[in-house]
Amino acid sequence: MSTKVIHAIYNDDDILMDAVKETRSAHHHIEEIYTPFPVHGLDKAMGLKPTRLAICAFLYGLVGLAFGTAMMYYIMIVDWPQDIGGKPSFSFIQNMPSFVPIMFEMTVLFSAHLMVITFYMRSRLWPFKKAENPDIRTTDDHFLMEVALHGEEEEAVEFFKKTGAVEVKVIDKE
Amino acid sequence: MYTFSKNLKTLAIVLMALGIIGIAYGFFNAPKTTAEVEQILTEQAHHDGGEHHSVSEADHDAHQKHLEHVLTQMQNKPWTAVYVACIFVMLISLGILVFYALNYASAAGWSPVLFRVMEGLSAYLLPGSIIFFILLLVSSFGGNHLFIWMDPAIVEHDVIIQNKTGYLNVPFFLIRAIIFLVGWNLYRVYARKQSLKLDETGDLSYHKKLFKATAVFLVFFIVTESISSWDWIMSIDTHWYSTLFGWYVFASFIVTAITVIAFATLYLKSKGYLEHVNTSHIHDLGKFMFGFSIFWTYLWFSQFMLQWYSNIPEEVTYFIFRIQEYNVPFFGMLLLNFVLPVLLLMNSDFKRLGWIISMAGVSIVFGHYIDFYLMISPGTVGGSWSIGITEIAALMFFAGLFIFAGFTSISKVPLLVKNNPLIEESKHFHY
Repeated sequence: MSTKVIHAIYNDDDILMDAVKETRSAHHHIEEIYTPFPVHGLDKAMGLKPTRLAICAFLYGLVGLAFGTAMMYYIMIVDWPQDIGGKPSFSFIQNMPSFVPIMFEMTVLFSAHLMVITFYMRSRLWPFKKAENPDIRTTDDHFLMEVALHGEEEEAVEFFKKTGAVEVKVIDKE
Repeated sequence: MYTFSKNLKTLAIVLMALGIIGIAYGFFNAPKTTAEVEQILTEQAHHDGGEHHSVSEADHDAHQKHLEHVLTQMQNKPWTAVYVACIFVMLISLGILVFYALNYASAAGWSPVLFRVMEGLSAYLLPGSIIFFILLLVSSFGGNHLFIWMDPAIVEHDVIIQNKTGYLNVPFFLIRAIIFLVGWNLYRVYARKQSLKLDETGDLSYHKKLFKATAVFLVFFIVTESISSWDWIMSIDTHWYSTLFGWYVFASFIVTAITVIAFATLYLKSKGYLEHVNTSHIHDLGKFMFGFSIFWTYLWFSQFMLQWYSNIPEEVTYFIFRIQEYNVPFFGMLLLNFVLPVLLLMNSDFKRLGWIISMAGVSIVFGHYIDFYLMISPGTVGGSWSIGITEIAALMFFAGLFIFAGFTSISKVPLLVKNNPLIEESKHFHY
């Protein structure tokens, strides 16, 4: 069964923002919006939930800190506590200042890289991924709003023409 | 227009009055002779449950020397309390002025709604620097023993200090202090005047003049701040030196200054005086508190770790003494100045809540008071330290004076700058 969607194309982000608000108040369901650059406030206008990526990064940072600490503790204190240049290796706390640069860098490394990987996974990005671009102009200077079509086709097209779209298409989607 | 509320004025006056009483008590209680010191020490030994150690004739001289040493420390204690509180609060008002200058010079679009708060609070700089200069004069003319290099009897037997007298001598020291204090105060008076003229006339040439003066001031400031921190703080531990000390002191007082700005903003906002200040402005102040707290910690650790790691006797004694004699404040301050602010202010939503900013702010202000205490007290009071009535009273006195001077100045002119070219942007600032 194929469903129909409407592709409304705009050429200005201010018009797009107004169109999003009108579309939402008319209770059309916005499937997706394609823009060539970040449009400030678009996520709020669409009613998207805020990202939790920062919380992930904080947790990854804690993992990195724990990893760095455990690694230095095991290597320098437990496994082979040598006297290296008179640094006290009797307990972790005694030699702790010299481990801080490593613990810090591990925190940053884990939190940055794992957060980026999380971002790729959540937004399904990887090399050789097939681009999901419905219209090539959306990477350059056009904005495209994809809306699920329910009910009258003509009426919906009229509605989106009115919101300032330069082009409105009805597409069959598999 | 803000009217200085009766409650706040009373609070400021009560703080000052209690402060004076406490300071007087501290000076009155300080021992005058070695006999008194001996009595205090034996009492302490009793409290600690230690046994009487009888003094043999041979040890008598050494014991007498020790008593004189402790006497100097105990006599220094009230002076140190006043000195620490005085320099701390004065540098906070200087930090507020510098933060104002930074925002002006960088044409910050968010902060012009807070300019009058910053201008007003920095009014303490003038009375603060006068009192501070009087303290320096008292030290210079033998009123106390805060700076050992000012004591000819010590310098006579100390080659290290003798080699530094080209820089560390009283006339040059006082001349430098005058140049720094006058320079900073001149900028503050000039900035206030231009800002008020801009308000009245709307003539943007005043804005340009102030902009240029601000750029010059920031250059003057960073040079003089560095030198003054060597003069007023580092020279107390005359044998010790650290190359990043100036920035370390700067980081310490700028973060406290931003916190104080946030406190005053929250207070005035809660009284309904800052109509255009929204949570985004508070959020920005919170970010500065967060960022500068980390910056302070970075410098603290850089200074500590480099000297701990190389372990060169002539410089590491500075930290050994602090770890041995001031263990709890030395490491406790890291909790107050780093761990608490970072954890409280990490969350973006938290930075918009007044009570979270206040909690982190209290931690920062007290933490950095301890930081200044730890820079100064080990060199003057040594092991005979305690944070008691005198220390708290001194802080109360200067805090009261700060509130009085700051809010008097705020109440004199409208709380919103009018013709600043960035004010419209600032009113509509949202993050």
